[in-house]
Amino acid sequence: MPTFVYMTRCDGCGHCVDICPSDIMHIDKVTRRAYNIEPNMCWECYSCVKACPHQAIDVRGYADFAPLGHSVRVKRDEEKGVIAWRIKFRNGKKDMDLLAPITTKPWGTCIPQLGDASAPTQEQRDSQLLFNEPKYIRMDEGDIHTLESNGLTMKEGVYY
Amino acid sequence: MAYKTIVEDNIDILVAGAGLGGCGAAWEARYWGQNKKIVIAEKANIDRSGAVAQGLYAINCYMGTRFGENNPEDHVRYARIDLMGIVREDLLFDMARHVDSAVHQFEEWGLPIMRNPKTGAYQREGRWQIMIHGESYKPIVAEAAKKSADKVYNRICVTHLLMDESKENRVAGAVGFNVRTGDYHVFKSKTVIVGAGGASNIYKPRSVGEGAGRVWYAPWSSGSAYGLLIGAGAKMTQMENRIVLARFKDGYGPVGAYFLHLKTYTQNCLGEEYESKWWPQLQEMVGKEYLDPEASHRTHRPIPTCLRNHALISEVNAGRGPIHMVTMEAFQDPHLEEIGWHNFLGMTVGQAVLWAATDVDPKYENPELTTSEPYVMGSHATGCGAWCSGPEDVSPPEYFWGYNRMTTVEGLFGAGDAVGGTPHAFSSGSFTEGRLAAKAACKYIDDGKAEGIVVSQQQLEERRKEIYKPLEHYRIYRNEITAGSVNPNYINPRQALDRLQKLMDEYAGGVTVNYMTNEKLLQIGLKKMKILEEDLEKIGAENIHELLRAWEVKHRHLTSEAVMQHTLFRKETRWPGYYYRGDALKVDDKNWHVLTVSRRDPTTGEYTMEKAPCYHIVDTAEESAA
Repeated sequence: MPTFVYMTRCDGCGHCVDICPSDIMHIDKVTRRAYNIEPNMCWECYSCVKACPHQAIDVRGYADFAPLGHSVRVKRDEEKGVIAWRIKFRNGKKDMDLLAPITTKPWGTCIPQLGDASAPTQEQRDSQLLFNEPKYIRMDEGDIHTLESNGLTMKEGVYY
Repeated sequence: MAYKTIVEDNIDILVAGAGLGGCGAAWEARYWGQNKKIVIAEKANIDRSGAVAQGLYAINCYMGTRFGENNPEDHVRYARIDLMGIVREDLLFDMARHVDSAVHQFEEWGLPIMRNPKTGAYQREGRWQIMIHGESYKPIVAEAAKKSADKVYNRICVTHLLMDESKENRVAGAVGFNVRTGDYHVFKSKTVIVGAGGASNIYKPRSVGEGAGRVWYAPWSSGSAYGLLIGAGAKMTQMENRIVLARFKDGYGPVGAYFLHLKTYTQNCLGEEYESKWWPQLQEMVGKEYLDPEASHRTHRPIPTCLRNHALISEVNAGRGPIHMVTMEAFQDPHLEEIGWHNFLGMTVGQAVLWAATDVDPKYENPELTTSEPYVMGSHATGCGAWCSGPEDVSPPEYFWGYNRMTTVEGLFGAGDAVGGTPHAFSSGSFTEGRLAAKAACKYIDDGKAEGIVVSQQQLEERRKEIYKPLEHYRIYRNEITAGSVNPNYINPRQALDRLQKLMDEYAGGVTVNYMTNEKLLQIGLKKMKILEEDLEKIGAENIHELLRAWEVKHRHLTSEAVMQHTLFRKETRWPGYYYRGDALKVDDKNWHVLTVSRRDPTTGEYTMEKAPCYHIVDTAEESAA
């Protein structure tokens, strides 16, 4: 769904320009407000809609198959860790509120700095293990799966 | 032109493209290279870039080894049958034995993963999929990459890889331009991990006008994974193995959760089950090895994705379309109804918009399905990508040349869509491949393989000139005409893309020809592709944004040419439902149970094609060891 920007809400802050994965939210030089410069390269990903601090950006379904008169609005809150959606049908018969978590931890606090982790040993370097393994990759306390440990061989050809 | 040249020197690991694969690479590289210089170059903003920018509602690749659910070889068998036998099983096994560790770390970082209240294990959607609240999947993973990287350059369109001039076939970094400032960026690096994306928009889409953006894979997935690697002379594999998706009509909303979790099913316009009646005829085309409905009923063995597409396509062609997804039963349960909607909001909001716009309430109406235009990528039910080395403890000699996930160019690694023969990696598997590539890249440097790299000023100047040529070309010829976009000296990026899409559609099995092609069509297509290549030298860009689009279409073109060459080479129809070789409509295991490998000579543009053996994992004992 191509995005569009409400004239009275946009203040030209550029958050949408900064986040758009498709580089299609630009600031209009005359109005000094954002707009979608290339609707046919818009994936309706809502990244700009979520990033806008003034709820100035909305979506109108693609003209070639979506009739007018619908609405899918969103508010994403990183501090509360939730996203709230509201879907309204064209015929007014359905009006849904949907809420979902976006994170279970305070933002960005639970990712370790691997530069400070104890340095890998030569043995680890020569092994097939990645950081933090074999944690999580086995049910038992065993090492990483190999062809040998799992009783397998690689055989060339059609049959298996 | 007044654009500055900005040089980032002495990089150890350059990550080109920071989707899930690139983020995995940057994150892991810090552990094995604690003193190494790690730099990310990303075309958009790392917080919302790549195929997962919008979010995901499921992680489609998780073994659950920890919960006793699957072993890596189970996943290999699954991906193998789904891709009609032709995959790189060493790479698949390797990805599968590590992928769970990535997923559990995502949860530690804050990604909400649903749990089964009875077992405590992750909530399964199907055998391989787990359900998540993944609206912020990408921003969370990006935090990890940013934590590990020394520098993140957002909004850099990487156009070319740099090559070492002291040793042939060795990478030396990358160049590109900033899509905001226009500045020329040079990254001199000992290794490069390409995490760039596969290709949407190379085939004419079903939608027209505005709706052309409603592609299944992200419109910003410009085939740069392939454009960069092919341009550097890396060998590619399985590029003919494009994918067609059966999805909700127009919105291309995902069907996985609907089939697997909501237990919805499909029927034709008469309300009949239609798939099974196509199986006998299809079995004659592909053989019982690949289509055995009875075995599939008895076991977990899936019916390959392409073959299910074939049934849908055939039923529609027989005049019994549209195909409907029967949602009216499942959606009577309010809990399942909510999941159905959340599923879209978490990863394909456009489908929710479309149903709201057309008043389709799946509780009271069964929505339509369709098959999409083809896409070229390597992490869904398809395995296009570079021919990469596997891990030393798994790979047979033909698949191993020193460093895991290294392409045939020294120091050049891949992850995600960039790696060929590894379908069903999805988000978590792509991240895992990035991690594997990063560890290997650190080892490559520590082994002294990246010493004495030379990049001349001349190479940098030539690339600079090449990058800005579309702007220069436009400037020279623009004022020959009064106004408008019709000019005898140049085409603009959109015009080039339209031509590419039409060409691919008509000659290489797009949607308007029902995915059909043959040798003659492909030969004509390749001729036209060469002429398009000449015209791409004359592409005109009015501004920096158009320059971005110009380079995207150049990458898409290189990708498309590889697709045609590979499709021409493989004289069989290995994946009916993805595409058909009308002149060889059967699976031909005698001649084509092999991986196809290509190389495009970077100086002459000539293609050489070869077959590589297909190795399979087999049990040494009768019963699989747990």
